[in-house]
Amino acid sequence: MATYTLKINGTSRDVEVDPSTPLLWVLRDHIKLVGTKFGCGIAQCGACTVHLDGMAVRSCSLPISSIGDKEVTTIEGLSENGDHPVQLAWLEEDVPQCGYCQAGQIMNASALLAQNPYPSDSEIETAMNGNICRCGTYVRIKKAIKRAAEAGSNA
Amino acid sequence: MTLVKTTFGRRAFIRNTGLASGGLVLGFSWLASCKDEAAMEAALQMPDSWFDINGFLKIGDNGLVTIMSPNPEIGQNVKTAMPMIVADELDVDWAKVLVEQAPLNTDIFTRQLAGGSQSIRQGWQGLRLAGATARQMLKQAAANAWQVPVGEIVTAAGMISHEGSGNSAGYGEMAAAAGALEVPEEVVLKEPGEFSIIGTDRKNVDGKKIVTGQPLFGLDVDRDNMRIAMVVHPPAFGQKFKSANLEEIKAMPGIQDAFHQVVYPEGAELQWSDGGHVPEMLVIVGNSTWEVMQAKRAVQAEWEADGPLESTEYHNTELAKLLEQAPDNPGRRDGNPEAAFARAATIVEKTYSAPYLAHNTMEPMNFFAHVTADKAELLGPIQTPEYLENTLAGILEMPKENIDIMMTRMGGGFGRRLYGSFAVEAAVISKRIQAPVKVVYSREDDMTQGTYRPSYMVRYRAGLDADGKLIAWHMRAAGTNDGGYFANRFPAGAVENYLSEGHTLRTEVTTGAWRAPTSNFMAGVENAFLDEVAEAAGKDPIAFRLELFDRSINDPVGDPEKNDYDPERYAGVLRLVRDKSNWDSSSPNAEKRGVAAYYCHNSYVAQVLDVEMNAGVPRADKIWCAVDCGIVINPLSARNQIEGGIVDGIGHATFSALTFEDGKPQQDNFDTYRLIRHSEAPREIETFFVDNGIDPTGLGEPSLPPVMGALANAMYRKAGKRYYHQPFVGSQEDRRIIG
Ligand code: FES
Ligand code: FES
Repeated sequence: MATYTLKINGTSRDVEVDPSTPLLWVLRDHIKLVGTKFGCGIAQCGACTVHLDGMAVRSCSLPISSIGDKEVTTIEGLSENGDHPVQLAWLEEDVPQCGYCQAGQIMNASALLAQNPYPSDSEIETAMNGNICRCGTYVRIKKAIKRAAEAGSNA
Repeated sequence: MTLVKTTFGRRAFIRNTGLASGGLVLGFSWLASCKDEAAMEAALQMPDSWFDINGFLKIGDNGLVTIMSPNPEIGQNVKTAMPMIVADELDVDWAKVLVEQAPLNTDIFTRQLAGGSQSIRQGWQGLRLAGATARQMLKQAAANAWQVPVGEIVTAAGMISHEGSGNSAGYGEMAAAAGALEVPEEVVLKEPGEFSIIGTDRKNVDGKKIVTGQPLFGLDVDRDNMRIAMVVHPPAFGQKFKSANLEEIKAMPGIQDAFHQVVYPEGAELQWSDGGHVPEMLVIVGNSTWEVMQAKRAVQAEWEADGPLESTEYHNTELAKLLEQAPDNPGRRDGNPEAAFARAATIVEKTYSAPYLAHNTMEPMNFFAHVTADKAELLGPIQTPEYLENTLAGILEMPKENIDIMMTRMGGGFGRRLYGSFAVEAAVISKRIQAPVKVVYSREDDMTQGTYRPSYMVRYRAGLDADGKLIAWHMRAAGTNDGGYFANRFPAGAVENYLSEGHTLRTEVTTGAWRAPTSNFMAGVENAFLDEVAEAAGKDPIAFRLELFDRSINDPVGDPEKNDYDPERYAGVLRLVRDKSNWDSSSPNAEKRGVAAYYCHNSYVAQVLDVEMNAGVPRADKIWCAVDCGIVINPLSARNQIEGGIVDGIGHATFSALTFEDGKPQQDNFDTYRLIRHSEAPREIETFFVDNGIDPTGLGEPSLPPVMGALANAMYRKAGKRYYHQPFVGSQEDRRIIG
């Protein structure tokens, strides 16, 4: 066991866990932020995607000991009122079916747009390929990303 | 106007006036739709009192309405659609509606089950009655208050008014009085033309919560003093427990207990929802998921088997053998198939196969249970809560009244959560450790302990006469734990000489309903075969099918009542998709285009698919999809279901397979089990609904089965090669598509 101080969604949290504990389980079990989802545990599905200093990462495969003082942003902290352009676009396109994969999809999409505000179709596909949606909402996800890009360019 | 008898018993109408409790789970549907802040504020205003009008709904003194969604939500969006039906008959403004997931309550609700695309079809009448009776009671309350005839009172968007006297009131003002009235014996239902909510685009009531990561799912459940448990099942189907290093496991950090546990004692009374259950398990209980996962990895157990363990090779060899034998009883036989084949000018004969599939819901199996001496509380993702209650009553030896089951939103179902042995496991563990517990499956547990889609083989034969007319049809199917065919589906009734038959191979590997059971194989192969037969007959594949439907409409073979489809509606979707896609087999487009149509789960679907091929891997460029499911409750989410089914069907037919070696699944996570990903999904899907005012049927399944055939047919045109065996590309193809 060791104590870590994490910067999460703009606040600082202390946790005492085994150094091997993946960020995903620290978030879910210890900090009780359950918006970040468990899907595979081996960096294959993207359900657990969070931002680490703005970059999309798989929290299931990131030991807490490797975080250091990097800023962690989860779906709960993506925006204060749920009004990030990507979240709004997701609602507008009515993307979710079961909804389980969507936090990961949104976190990955928002990191993509932060780096590449006008991604092409194939850039979207490449960036999003690590995020599985078992319900098959891919067509709407792409539409929502384009809508969010559009909204960003008008802002 | 339709006058119908109400079917509610008095028991369903418990009058209960009270303050809004803090425990309400509210679906903030309107947050997403409210554009201006003031409206949002107004909508947010919670009433001081709620009045239960009937078990389906309660009305607040300020006019806010809470509607219960009775059925489990697995992503099919009934949590939006079912309340929409109630709200329409109630005549209320959708912006003033909150939605709650109802717990299991067999006194009030019927068929609280998610399966077979039946929630809307079977819920339709009851939901309408719930809304209409409540509206009638509100009108009666107003009539009493204003001393005017109830027949002169009208309602609109949550308002009651009487023109003659100039009186008007909101629903909230009449709710208390309405709740005190007797339930009317008859009510008037709206005509389809009068609907104002049904048939309009309404966003997912949980949308806002989903995109902001609020706790909604079973895996998100957290309680004071709650333990985490993981279970270890035998790694191979057909094995039993012998021994394990449980003492070592107990000593690991964060672990409270580790033990062997019988879940289903011998002779336990099973429900069909216990399909795929494992009678025994090893259990590891601890404080946190990661610690329990680590301990689980350290388990070293010995297992033993009575007989030989099954492999994919064994399954395939046995299925192939069965295809060589005529079963004792055919499913259906019309005319004289043997004689017709003997005189046929051309015979087309093809064999098709498909592998086992895992459900792989994105949220792995899990359930919360808290069982005490006299009470059991269960909470989690389950498609069959009522059956679960029956099983638990037996296993816990507890009266059903003492068992409470509540449903969370589910991270996917696809049939997997029809089989609730994971919830039974949670209850048994909680009882033993005398603490609240959440059972969590890892992805590996989830994928290797399934109720899989069976593996199938089928051989088709078609006989054509010299003019290319289909005169004989023979289908012989074989499947693991499932005969693998429908005796009376198309083209039964359209071919003079017809024979359909099937075999079931019993296996240790457990199988169950997987999105569109049996259809998820039959539709694809039937449509692929029809395409090949049409080609042999020198006919356009749509024209060829329409000729067969003509026969089935005008001069059906055998008793048309026996046919499991309505040929007019079937032909209708095919014509619609032909027109919408500008189908023309002589145009250059035809070189990349396939068609398929199917009827299952009471709905009709036809699809045209344009494909492109890259290094042997297909990608659908565009799909046109025509659907006849009667009245569409919520077109926005209906299209989502259609799109999802199409992506799902293409993905599984192209990439996915579960194989076995010595009884053990050879794929256990998404690195070895391939699911379709963004870059492989169709570029565009366009859906067209038939507008016919017929009572609604379901949409969770029907778009999936045929697309497997549309894809195979398009791939044939594009690649010049027929695809008989799924997955067409497979997981063997080891392209690393993700970084
Ligand atoms: S749970 Fe982390 S990628 Fe699947
Ligand atoms: S919405 Fe269900 S997994 Fe994506």
